[in-house]
Amino acid sequence: MNNSIALKSILAKEIQRFTRIWVQTLVPPAITISLYFVIFGSLIGSRIGEMGGFDYMSFIVPGLIMMSVITNSYSNVASSFFSAKWQRNVEEMLVAPVPNWVIVAGYVGGGMCRGILVGLIVTIVSLLFVDIQLHNIWVIIATVTLTSATFALGGLINAIFANSFDDISIIPTFILTPLTYLGGVFYSISLLPEFWQGVSQINPIVYMVNAFRYGFLGISDVSLVTAFAVIGFFIITLFTIAMVLISKGIGLRS
Amino acid sequence: MTYALEISALEKTYKGGFQALKGIDLTVKQGDFFALLGPNGAGKSTSIGVITSLVNKTAGQVKVFGYDIDTDLEKAKSFIGLVPQEFNFSQFEPLVNILVNQAGYYGVSKLVALQRAEKYLKQLELWDKRDEPARALSGGMKRRLMIARALMHEPQMLILDEPTAGVDIELRRSMWDFLRELNEQGITIILTTHYLEEAEMLCRNIAIIDGGEIVEDTSMKKLLAQLDVETFVFDLQLNLTLDVLTQFAEQSSSIAYRIIDDHTLEVDLNKSQNLNQVFDQLNAANIEVLSMRNKSNRLEALFVSLINKKSSATQTKPQSTVVGAN
Repeated sequence: MNNSIALKSILAKEIQRFTRIWVQTLVPPAITISLYFVIFGSLIGSRIGEMGGFDYMSFIVPGLIMMSVITNSYSNVASSFFSAKWQRNVEEMLVAPVPNWVIVAGYVGGGMCRGILVGLIVTIVSLLFVDIQLHNIWVIIATVTLTSATFALGGLINAIFANSFDDISIIPTFILTPLTYLGGVFYSISLLPEFWQGVSQINPIVYMVNAFRYGFLGISDVSLVTAFAVIGFFIITLFTIAMVLISKGIGLRS
Repeated sequence: MTYALEISALEKTYKGGFQALKGIDLTVKQGDFFALLGPNGAGKSTSIGVITSLVNKTAGQVKVFGYDIDTDLEKAKSFIGLVPQEFNFSQFEPLVNILVNQAGYYGVSKLVALQRAEKYLKQLELWDKRDEPARALSGGMKRRLMIARALMHEPQMLILDEPTAGVDIELRRSMWDFLRELNEQGITIILTTHYLEEAEMLCRNIAIIDGGEIVEDTSMKKLLAQLDVETFVFDLQLNLTLDVLTQFAEQSSSIAYRIIDDHTLEVDLNKSQNLNQVFDQLNAANIEVLSMRNKSNRLEALFVSLINKKSSATQTKPQSTVVGAN
């Protein structure tokens, strides 16, 4: 059994899916992010002045790109895997000799592709508003890759447990969005009172946004080592959970 | 001998406590055309679900071509092609993509998969629709798409769970021909169906499942030999009258004729009687036979009697009654 062909098949199916409906998947983030730039960057940002030694628009660009990556990686896998469950075409894979890790890797890979593609689109859109500087391209690549993997895994676990389409919108609405907005996208956590700085330390998105911002601007509220350790911890934990759930057939096999 | 399928003491109890399979034993020989029949809720789809790993078993053992699904699941799966009861492909994907992706899950390269997709889509008369999304297909076309999909990795055993449900007669017969061809090529076929005529026409061996238990497991020939009475319908020459037929029926001893209309007779024959006697009597009365056929599906009568026998046996068990009452 050639697992690489099975992996490519799942990946190809996932990429075909989100590119086939590009108006729903690739265009909205570009529009949303343009609005953020216009409102927070140009209109409000010009009155805020500098943050972390950079003008406000430059400061929020990495966070906004990362926000798009997080949202799209998560929602791609959550909606695609849940749709496959709902239409029961997930059975196509379950009856085939596809190892569980290939199913996980295929769906997560698809989510990462969409997250990173949307990240690229948003980056291109942001060039219309601000000159982007690169401090360390490898940190940028590593952070965006690992973060998209983390949230794609999260989306997969959400879809495994989901019993209705409502179930795949609850976590993005009530957990993911608040964590993202409070994750230092629009501000440096050093501006917060000490107590809230401490609270922010338990928000994993703080580490992702800051590591990503470091790649662009060379500034971060947290150390890079800590940031990558936190991301690594979440990837290992979520991957393990996803594997256990699929192996046991939770939500998939009766 | 390695069987295509060996099931022993298979049990499945669902979360709510419903016991769908109560320790069934079953073997299917390689190259067989096997029917698994039973009323709704008898355990057919659960059995198929366990074999194909869509349902987790509670106890027992399942081997596919000698490979135990507990220890060699991936190997066992590679032998099976499944045509499920309900449409379970992505409605939005083009047919070719559905087939090529499915082949990919079995490690078939894209080049080979495209060739096979063309072959099976042409054989199943879906080639013209290859680039259309699956939702654009009619019900019969969707059924054929599922057969094509199940064949993409060229399995040695094809399991079809009511493949002709809702399919018109013409299409059903062409699907029967296609399945016969596959079986002649050496593919073991396991079929569940509600059309008992289908099982009788296609299958060599048969198991009947009811209430999670196998109530009969034998060859189709042996099963049909259990029939005590068969009903035949005779279409007669058109220039007869009801009076002539009534007179003939009254004069004929030993065989009970029923007059349906002025040119149709029905007759029930038991094992001690044969058709020659009927023809002799009709010849003697100068009544010409234009054609003759079995009245109803013979298997249907047996199926009903076996299921009824089992349900009356269950009703007489005091323990079962108590459990049911609880």
